[in-house]
Amino acid sequence: MIPVAFEYVAPTSVADALGALAAAGDDGKVIAGGQSLLPVLRMRLNAPETVIDLGRIESLRGIRDGGDHLVIGAMTPHAEVLASDLVREHAAVLHEAVATVADPQIRHRGTLGGAVVHADPAGDLGAPLLALDATMVIVGPGGERTVPATEFYHDIFATAVGDGELLTEVRIPKHTGWGAAYEKFTRAAQQWAIIGVAATVRTQGGQIVEAKVGLTNMGSTPVRARAAEADLVGRHADDCGQACGRAAEGTNPPSDLNGDADYRRHLAGVLTARAVRAAMAG
Amino acid sequence: MTRITVKVDGVEYSDDVEPRTLLVHYLRETLGKVGTVVGCDTSNCGACTVHLDGRSVKSCSVLAVQAHGHEVTTIEGIAPAGGLHPMQQAFHDNHALQCGFCTPGMIMQAIDLLAENPDPSEQEIREGLEGNLCRCTGYHNIVKAVSAAAKAGE
Repeated sequence: MIPVAFEYVAPTSVADALGALAAAGDDGKVIAGGQSLLPVLRMRLNAPETVIDLGRIESLRGIRDGGDHLVIGAMTPHAEVLASDLVREHAAVLHEAVATVADPQIRHRGTLGGAVVHADPAGDLGAPLLALDATMVIVGPGGERTVPATEFYHDIFATAVGDGELLTEVRIPKHTGWGAAYEKFTRAAQQWAIIGVAATVRTQGGQIVEAKVGLTNMGSTPVRARAAEADLVGRHADDCGQACGRAAEGTNPPSDLNGDADYRRHLAGVLTARAVRAAMAG
Repeated sequence: MTRITVKVDGVEYSDDVEPRTLLVHYLRETLGKVGTVVGCDTSNCGACTVHLDGRSVKSCSVLAVQAHGHEVTTIEGIAPAGGLHPMQQAFHDNHALQCGFCTPGMIMQAIDLLAENPDPSEQEIREGLEGNLCRCTGYHNIVKAVSAAAKAGE
């Protein structure tokens, strides 16, 4: 379990990190918290010539109130997101989802930005960020650009972050007062999600005014359950089952050892109903 | 080679390490801190858990160079000379170890858990130890020990 030898660079500013990335070219790899990358390097599934560590760039870490939105630095550890009152109050579905990421030790080390850019389809944070209509901020040699979460994920392990670019922060429009729940289905503790459902709803007098549902591992990227969302408007906890049953419409879930695609479609409906009802209750 | 300076169990060390050196290998092979063990190859088992700046991490999933300038506490650094840490005492009193291989990591994670939540429920203890596997399946007494340590700490 020893990685192939590599050069190590630990820049202290974003500008220096971009310089190091440019210098390393195709053989460079960025390490954030390293909780996905280090297992990959240990198993020698990847062998970059240069590893660029963002861990010493203070400006990339922290959570702040941006007025109508929250700003979470890419290098903010999961544990800080989990403990944040701002996140709990204004982006509750992210709070619910990050609580289920791996285990406490990994949440101390792993980062929001690292998980987002790693883009494992079974990762738990894409679905809530999609549901919250987050925006990703990317910097590169050409400056800064923003990409909506819905356009950020391109494929398995592939995002809008291009060669020579870095994700610096995630902006999340405030969803103050919205109910939220994340339903994650696993075979055992510590397992990746077979699928997951991130639901956040705005209600009035027990009736859904607006619903946003993100799905984990229902395709090569996280996706929104748009048909279910539209159908949920105007419904109550006791008559939302049929709308939730439409969660898998338009998705293309994988088949693997944990379950085939039909099983995942079935789970999506069941878990969406659980998540939406839990979100309405809490 | 990269020069690192790390404080481990209260002592400052400076060493040249290959960047690919995992923190657990640095602790065991360079510093001789073999109380921290390697139990798996997949980041799952938590046997190698140490504290990095006071928070639990899996030392197989941190590079030694990433610990440069930081402070590490291992299972060897928690007890007073000649004595036991209250969590070690609680594990002893409650027969919370069978083969003992998971114990260093269990104890380091349990200490972190109580630092964050001094009065956890049984469920909270089980969730707090989610990242630590006991292949003897001796979880029952481990949970009992953590609960006892919490009560003793009140």
